[in-house]
Amino acid sequence: MELYELTLHELLTLHNNKQASSEEIVNSIFKRIHQVEGDVKAFISLDEDTARQKARAADSEKWPGKIAGMPFGLKDIFCTRGLKTTCASRMLENFVPTYDSTAGARLNAAGGVLIGKLNMDEFAMGSSTEQSAFFATHNPWDLTRVPGGSSGGSAAAVSADEVPFALGTDTGGSIRQPAAFCGVVGLRPTYGRVSRWGVIAYASSLDQVGVFSKDVEDCALVMNLIAGRDPRDATSLEVEVPDYTAYLDAGIKGMKIACPREYFGQGVDAGIQEAVKKALQKYEEAGAIVEEVSLPHSQYALPAYYLVATAEASANLARFDGVRYGLRDGQADNVIDMFSNSRSRGFGSEVKRRIMLGTYALSSGYYDAYYLKALKVRRLIYEDFQKVFNEFDLIVAPTTPTTAFKIGEQIGDPLTLYMNDILTVPVNMAGLPGISIPCGLLNGLPVGMQLIGKPFDEGTLIKAAYAYEEISGIRCLKPQQGVI
Amino acid sequence: MALTIKEVEHVAMLARLSLSQQEKETFAVQLGTILEYASTINQLNTDGVEPLDHILPVFNVFREDQVEPSAPREEILSNGPLIEDGQYRVPKIL
Amino acid sequence: MGKDYEVVIGLEVHAELKTDSKIFCGCSTAFGAEPNTQVCPVCSGFPGMLPVLNQKVVELAIITGLALNSKIPDYCKFDRKNYFYPDLPKAYQISQFDLPICMGGYLDIEIDGDKKRIGITRAHMEEDAGKLVHQGNITSTTFSLVDLNRSGVPLLEIVSEPDMRSASEARAYLEKLRAILLFAGVSDCKMQEGSLRCDANVSVRPVGETRLGARAEIKNLNSFRSLERAIEFEARRQIEAIEDGEAIIQETRTWDEDKQATRSMRSKEEAHDYRYFPEPDLPPLRISHEWVERLRTVMPELPDQAQIRLQESFGLPSYDAAILTLTPESLAFFDKCVELYPQPKMVSNWMMGELSRLLNQNNLEISDCRFGPAELARLLTLIDEGTISGKMAKGIFEDMFASGKPPDQIIAEKGMTQISDQDTLIKVIDEVIAANPTVVEDYRNGKEKALGFLVGQIMKATKGQANPGVVNTLLKERL
Repeated sequence: MELYELTLHELLTLHNNKQASSEEIVNSIFKRIHQVEGDVKAFISLDEDTARQKARAADSEKWPGKIAGMPFGLKDIFCTRGLKTTCASRMLENFVPTYDSTAGARLNAAGGVLIGKLNMDEFAMGSSTEQSAFFATHNPWDLTRVPGGSSGGSAAAVSADEVPFALGTDTGGSIRQPAAFCGVVGLRPTYGRVSRWGVIAYASSLDQVGVFSKDVEDCALVMNLIAGRDPRDATSLEVEVPDYTAYLDAGIKGMKIACPREYFGQGVDAGIQEAVKKALQKYEEAGAIVEEVSLPHSQYALPAYYLVATAEASANLARFDGVRYGLRDGQADNVIDMFSNSRSRGFGSEVKRRIMLGTYALSSGYYDAYYLKALKVRRLIYEDFQKVFNEFDLIVAPTTPTTAFKIGEQIGDPLTLYMNDILTVPVNMAGLPGISIPCGLLNGLPVGMQLIGKPFDEGTLIKAAYAYEEISGIRCLKPQQGVI
Repeated sequence: MALTIKEVEHVAMLARLSLSQQEKETFAVQLGTILEYASTINQLNTDGVEPLDHILPVFNVFREDQVEPSAPREEILSNGPLIEDGQYRVPKIL
Repeated sequence: MGKDYEVVIGLEVHAELKTDSKIFCGCSTAFGAEPNTQVCPVCSGFPGMLPVLNQKVVELAIITGLALNSKIPDYCKFDRKNYFYPDLPKAYQISQFDLPICMGGYLDIEIDGDKKRIGITRAHMEEDAGKLVHQGNITSTTFSLVDLNRSGVPLLEIVSEPDMRSASEARAYLEKLRAILLFAGVSDCKMQEGSLRCDANVSVRPVGETRLGARAEIKNLNSFRSLERAIEFEARRQIEAIEDGEAIIQETRTWDEDKQATRSMRSKEEAHDYRYFPEPDLPPLRISHEWVERLRTVMPELPDQAQIRLQESFGLPSYDAAILTLTPESLAFFDKCVELYPQPKMVSNWMMGELSRLLNQNNLEISDCRFGPAELARLLTLIDEGTISGKMAKGIFEDMFASGKPPDQIIAEKGMTQISDQDTLIKVIDEVIAANPTVVEDYRNGKEKALGFLVGQIMKATKGQANPGVVNTLLKERL
């Protein structure tokens, strides 16, 4: 067995027992990357020299911390001091931040070794990572298929053993959907649980930083490091951060699980429905109480989401104007042309489309019918969840309506592409935590099961997700040999 | 229903995007389709529903009025496409 | 101005709130630093940066609201105001749209002895933009430079009702507002440094008409004078246009100080559509009754209260009281001076006369004055004691103003003490009488004027130091 195949907690054990040095671990990681990256294309940039230096420093105890010398990857939306941060956009192709994101800085402070920056849909707008301005990432389970998105690079890299864990962001499903497509664990914490500081914003009221890992235990370990209030993010809450590893006890007897009928309806692949229902059965057999419930406004979550998210995005992406950083049209002789030309050249078509949509939704005459109405719908969705959580501990549903689709299959039809998020956006609209874990295979491709929890109750998600690993034996799913 | 080219141009002006004729035509159709789908929310009766503009139950998050060191000028300007006399240079306004 | 029209004016005032650090980051707000030396990734609008609200900004805004008799709602929030401009780093300004921190309110002005109440619509917190320096003038320049030092400086925008009817009312409003902000300690209000800025909405309508005419929003009003001039010009322009049968269009105009005229600022851009929406990065504010009351208890004396005190406790005329309460510094000067020299009207006369004249001549504020209230009190005491004459005092006062020296030192250095000693004066008087026999004769024959000439001669002989009262009495005796 190669070191790169191991989970973070396995590597930590080896490292603590002096059975593997950080240098060996990091070397193994780069060996794997050089082996498979030509096929998978998960990384936008690698920071190999620095990573090897840090690994050596960790071995000589000059780089201490809870995960000293342990490799990880960051979606290229996390700003990294002195290291290009592109958001997979031509606009930021040469942007070198002078600051680190809080989440990234916390991993650095814990001794983590950043391996590189991972591919994504441009500015996190997309569900397939085909919207990267640079190249598409391929699903390690089937290289002709997408890894999902927008954090597709993060999911693919973990799935392909290129890093034991990675951080991503989830605005409408951008962690859970690619985790489902790639057969890994993907946690989107509660809005306000992890600092957004230094993470390039797509939709500020929906964005949240989260974790990709090979198993649930690693997810808990990483959450212990990144969760908690950051004075630089006014929306990161002062809520006590528990030791998430304490939830790794599989004790789900008596746990009340809600199964929303709207998530098992039209448009959701029958094979996926079946896989999740089987998983629910296993929960019941293990002593959980499973009941069907209704989240009646679910079908309105997606249209409302696309209005709220794009409206916020239209403002968040307005700062890319060619003045202080980023791509600039140097020929324009007046500032309006300079703005417009720089933005048109710097942004890809999906980004432009969403900026246009959001601008429209906020513009005079349309604000009430679109943006304001969407905020009202958002409250209804929030209240749907509240009602269910008055009686239940968590909600279980499929993560995605289909398994990973073919590269190119949905290009050119934005609305069809948006439909991929139909089961994930309600969580973002309600600000809730959600985790996707693999619950089986369908035609050789991973199926994701989504667990949705109460605000700031990531612990229960981790507990139930871990329990499923235990009772199903599905843990650390690996793509078949020979694919990569 | 597709947007008119004029509507697309107006929105592009607000968003400071210069679109090709091809892009305008594509967006007119695509945005029309997406907006039609988005309009399904108007089927819902939301009378008396307060818009949810902040999801967190939190208020009054402050910092103290304390000066912290600013960024070194060379550092903050290092990403600037065109710098002159320690300032960002832009083409004429009008 | 035509007789049949009335001018309707509302003012939008931007006051910089007096904090050490910016509204959403820790950069300094100090004025006059080298370009882009008081900036950070937050106030420069870098990707991934987030605002965190400075608590002092909220408190200063609440204090202002209390001073302006506004209602402080228990809930308010921030919104994004979207527009592209090179000095606006995020391409949106964090401001407050529909739920500002201060709602309603008023202040009272006095015009020619008549009180008038001017309504305040609202006041809201927002961040300032950076500064654009055009190379050459704005129309001929090929490029501009952006300095973001001001970006993120906290502002309170105070919007008045369209309650003013003349340029002088608008000036009085702005003066009063400035006085209130200064007394409340919320802003430095330095128009030259841009910490108090004013836009005027001006429209005209036939007398008797109740609807408002189309208004021009006039920007770039950097002084009280330009405010008055711009309103007068704009009202005249609009009336002439109407008389010529033209329609007034609602537009933004700028005041051209060189040409003493307003001109249109129409640009390529179509009408603004700011697309306000709630700022997701900032949790809303809940302003408790206790918080407001706590701030109310530390509220300093405001100009109206001070004015009443000056009238009631010191018997000053309302005109004096109004002038002395234009700035906290002038009131403090007065109060301290009266403490040492308890003749309020005399102190007021000197402050509003000599002191004010010299300050205006030299374009200075009372805080620039090189001597303090104790020195003025001493000077007035010296007059009362007969050490110097009132006339001498004026000369000494000018010296004090120029040199900052205390009056006793100036008197000593110039040997300016008044001569009241009878023996000394009799000697001089006798000499003058002896030297002017014809004039003496004239006086004795009933020519009263002759006395004045003799007094003049005596003053001349004593280099103006003779006590005029004593001279008069002694001279008559000797004649």
